[in-house]
Amino acid sequence: MKAAVIVFPGSNCDRDLADAITKVTGRTPAMIWHRETSLPEGLDFIGVPGGFSYGDYLRSGAMAARSPVMQAVIEAAGQGRAVLGICNGFQVLTEAGLLPGALMRNAGLNFVCRNVQLSVANTQSVFTSHYAAGEQIIIPVAHHDGNYVADAATLDRLEGEGRVAFRYAEAVNGSARDIAGILNAEGNVLGMMPHPERLIEAEQGGTDGRRLFEAAMMALA
Amino acid sequence: MPPAMIVKVTVTLKNGVLDPQGRAIESALKGLGFDGVAGARVGKLIELEVAEGTARETIEAMAKQLLANTVIENFRIEMP
Repeated sequence: MKAAVIVFPGSNCDRDLADAITKVTGRTPAMIWHRETSLPEGLDFIGVPGGFSYGDYLRSGAMAARSPVMQAVIEAAGQGRAVLGICNGFQVLTEAGLLPGALMRNAGLNFVCRNVQLSVANTQSVFTSHYAAGEQIIIPVAHHDGNYVADAATLDRLEGEGRVAFRYAEAVNGSARDIAGILNAEGNVLGMMPHPERLIEAEQGGTDGRRLFEAAMMALA
Repeated sequence: MPPAMIVKVTVTLKNGVLDPQGRAIESALKGLGFDGVAGARVGKLIELEVAEGTARETIEAMAKQLLANTVIENFRIEMP
């Protein structure tokens, strides 16, 4: 699997994501700076990492979504390349219009940083095929703006089309319908607030994140 | 450089979008003894310095493409 990780000023999970991809696939991803206007040839997988891109100025992800490299990411997504946005990466993908809805300040106003239980809601995508339907997994979250918001028609469509990938199995941030991660209509773009790249090896306290990258590697390699 | 004018763009959350910051302000005001506050909503004011004569449509395009996220926010433009 040929992968790239996008790096914005203020990204701080880019190296964790690159490390997870390297450990699972055996290949080191290319790190792509936000000023780039094109991506390497033949990419299978693009990671948009967590962090505080551009200091969360204006809105979380708003500036990053309009940076030069995101035009290339939008094009690649349109060509069917797998795109995974984690945490701030999810915020960037919604701001860029690759995923519907928006991520607002957590309902409790607190920054939430802990392991949370998730329920797997989609097992058909390139990212989720190694999980069982309804499986409960533990993945950490670390965010202030993770409260997923969309209008009722959009939420109905996401649920009706099986595009909710993960739900919170406990109260975390006030997200509409407990949504923790969603897919685009084609299933090749996933945005999620929890951090699967942080649970790749037992030494990290669990391996529930590893299967996401394994599934992508098996589907895309 | 042509003479500048200041345009104000006010960005507010749409009705129905939960505003936890507004709720916190409302309850803090109540804590200070201001009982007459039935609600508080937090928005943003963005002042733009643009060339005199800049078209309203240009400001609207700025608001739609960047200043507001129209999924969750409304905007209002005030020109001199």
